[in-house]
Amino acid sequence: MSTTSDDQPEPPDGPVWTGEHLLGLEDLTAEEITAILDQAAEFKSRSLESNKKLDLLDGIVVANLFFEPSTRTRTSFSLAAKRLSADTIDFSSSGSSLSKGETFIDTARNIEAMGASLVVVRHRSPGAPHQLARHINASVVNAGDGTHEHPTQALLDLFTIREKRGSLEGLTVTLVGDILHSRVARSNIWGLKKLGARVIVCGPSTLIPPRIEELGVEVAHRLDDVLGETDCVNLLRIQFERQRGAFFPSIREYTHFYGMNAKRLKAARPDVMILAPGPINRGVELTQEVADGPHSVILDQVTNGLAVRMACLYMLQRCRAVGGSR
Amino acid sequence: MSRCLIRGGRVIDPASGLDAVGDVWLCDGAIVAGPLEGDLDDELDAAGKIVCPGLIETQATLQEPGWDDDETIASGTAAAVAGGVTSVACLPETQPVVDNRAAVEFIRQQAERAGACHVFPLGAVTKNRDGQELAEIGQLVEGGAVALSDGKRPVANAEVMRRALEYARMFGRRIFHHSQVPELVAGGVMHEGLYSTLLGLGGMPAEAEEIMVARDVALAEMTGGSLHLMTISTAASVDILRRAKQRGVDVTGSVTPHHLVLTDAELQSFDANCKVDPPLRSSEHVEALVEGLVDGTIDVICSDHRPVPAEEKDLELDVAPFGIVGLETLLPLCVRALIDSERLDWPSLIALLTSGPARVLGVEAGSLAEGCVADVIVIDPDAEWTIDPAKFRSRCSNSPFAGWQVRGRVETVFVDGQRIFSVESVETVEDDG
Repeated sequence: MSTTSDDQPEPPDGPVWTGEHLLGLEDLTAEEITAILDQAAEFKSRSLESNKKLDLLDGIVVANLFFEPSTRTRTSFSLAAKRLSADTIDFSSSGSSLSKGETFIDTARNIEAMGASLVVVRHRSPGAPHQLARHINASVVNAGDGTHEHPTQALLDLFTIREKRGSLEGLTVTLVGDILHSRVARSNIWGLKKLGARVIVCGPSTLIPPRIEELGVEVAHRLDDVLGETDCVNLLRIQFERQRGAFFPSIREYTHFYGMNAKRLKAARPDVMILAPGPINRGVELTQEVADGPHSVILDQVTNGLAVRMACLYMLQRCRAVGGSR
Repeated sequence: MSRCLIRGGRVIDPASGLDAVGDVWLCDGAIVAGPLEGDLDDELDAAGKIVCPGLIETQATLQEPGWDDDETIASGTAAAVAGGVTSVACLPETQPVVDNRAAVEFIRQQAERAGACHVFPLGAVTKNRDGQELAEIGQLVEGGAVALSDGKRPVANAEVMRRALEYARMFGRRIFHHSQVPELVAGGVMHEGLYSTLLGLGGMPAEAEEIMVARDVALAEMTGGSLHLMTISTAASVDILRRAKQRGVDVTGSVTPHHLVLTDAELQSFDANCKVDPPLRSSEHVEALVEGLVDGTIDVICSDHRPVPAEEKDLELDVAPFGIVGLETLLPLCVRALIDSERLDWPSLIALLTSGPARVLGVEAGSLAEGCVADVIVIDPDAEWTIDPAKFRSRCSNSPFAGWQVRGRVETVFVDGQRIFSVESVETVEDDG
């Protein structure tokens, strides 16, 4: 592996993203999302596929504050920062402010005092990154806030679909499972709709939040009813840890209606794409053969996640540099 | 003899149906018919101003005893007076709970020491507000409790609520209830609807309130007890209350000004100062509340004053406590919601803040009739000012109204015939030139 410093990325032509924070896809325009995806594509070919480390964030400190357990997202952000030559601080703690005696804002201020200018935050409470953004000067990246948004996950889902299909325009994407508790669903809905896809949310009626149709999505309760018109299936994980009570009678019954298996795959379109944000519950949302089969892009999503997170960190820092010290 | 004259204001006294320009005379703590002979101790020109009874708050949380870092009876009553409130009924959400006679008497004693305004304690319905066993309601009443309430904790058990209504009736006291089905709001942060779906925040459906309102009305009708629905917030609650009153059930209801000027869309800011219980509702509910005020279904507007320190409101939205500190913004928010929008006239608004609360609490206050206690305020209805929570007299500043430009200001306050607040006396007048 070598470090390249000779060429800065091409000056962007067309729309760019100049956000101060990345809090959710609700806040971004289609052009801004496209700008991030384009940047991610460039990083994928310039860095990930050619195994090159870039020095674009040399001297910058990126803090990963994970107030909720996470393996995949945390390591992805950490590696994305390192591939851009940033220094990283990883802070993990589960539980709320109350259980620790220090508020999460104080924790973030402490980390910021160590020089972090980009703060990646995962928190179990919706809005926690937004609160943080009001209290610190660093740029905040939402790495998942409770059941609200998970913008980088949606961006990598969009990237993966766009990479395989060229465009999102006119595709039908079905989000399956626990829509109520899913931040991935909310971010996906914003991103997919903005890029011109048709979105169906499919799950048991107890896990579909009220008035979701007003976001411009269609609601289905039987996967078999909508599989035939679906280009991409995104299988959301059942969020056992967020559910307060019994939202469906049993895992067996859930799998019976919503599990993606070989039989359902046969009924689907021949080129159907299977996505899952992970971690996956094998045997619940999808079977082994589907997860590891030719339609699955689950591992592409992981690679693309790295590229997307590199793009987000780089573009936020570039915006800070242009805007002067905030 | 202490004599005082408030000269030439628009005197509005809903209790006696008065709305006319004239003088108000106070003598030795009572309203008297003037003119009086002899020297005046205090005289005030109220030309162009409104002169009316002091406002009455039906449910403030004064945090003492238990949380006197957040508020005390002294700071809470000082805040009340600055908002034109001359009588405060306080919820028993204290530590220890006001579920015994000694605790009621302690509150009255602290109020007397503070000396700012009248304080009417509410006693608990159940021991420790646990919703299981009735508190010693008779002793609470003898100690001075004007009504009974478990504060923001609903009496979930219908049998306990039934007995409470029956038992309190014997003492002529009303049960103030926060009508809400606990299991339907568990984990809830905001109104369940489009915005809770957007924000991924736990929802508190309107039906959680409406189911309990319907239960409570049925129990009041069954027992002949007196019921007060504390701060209702939904269209169906207003409708149930309206129909219950038509049938002659002894039930009253209140709303807060924040439920009239804000909606659940405010939560998009993730500002915990907008986290209240009951939650801010969607606009169709807000309109129904205004209709309930216009047609007289709702009896009272109360501030539901709940001081919460900044360090607790800065926590994550789902763990931050509910509540808005409200006594000092009660009047201007009502003006914005109801007078500026021309839904109510001044006499109707003042009724909801004076004679209405007095009737619901069953206290002798809220009137300018001869012989009544001389709690009088002077309002400048056109004064424009900017809300600045840093200047609140309350110990807390948890208000979503910081920076709001509002109209209508309490200028002078008399309690028991003594002038105890004048707006000139505090640095709150616009000084931004």
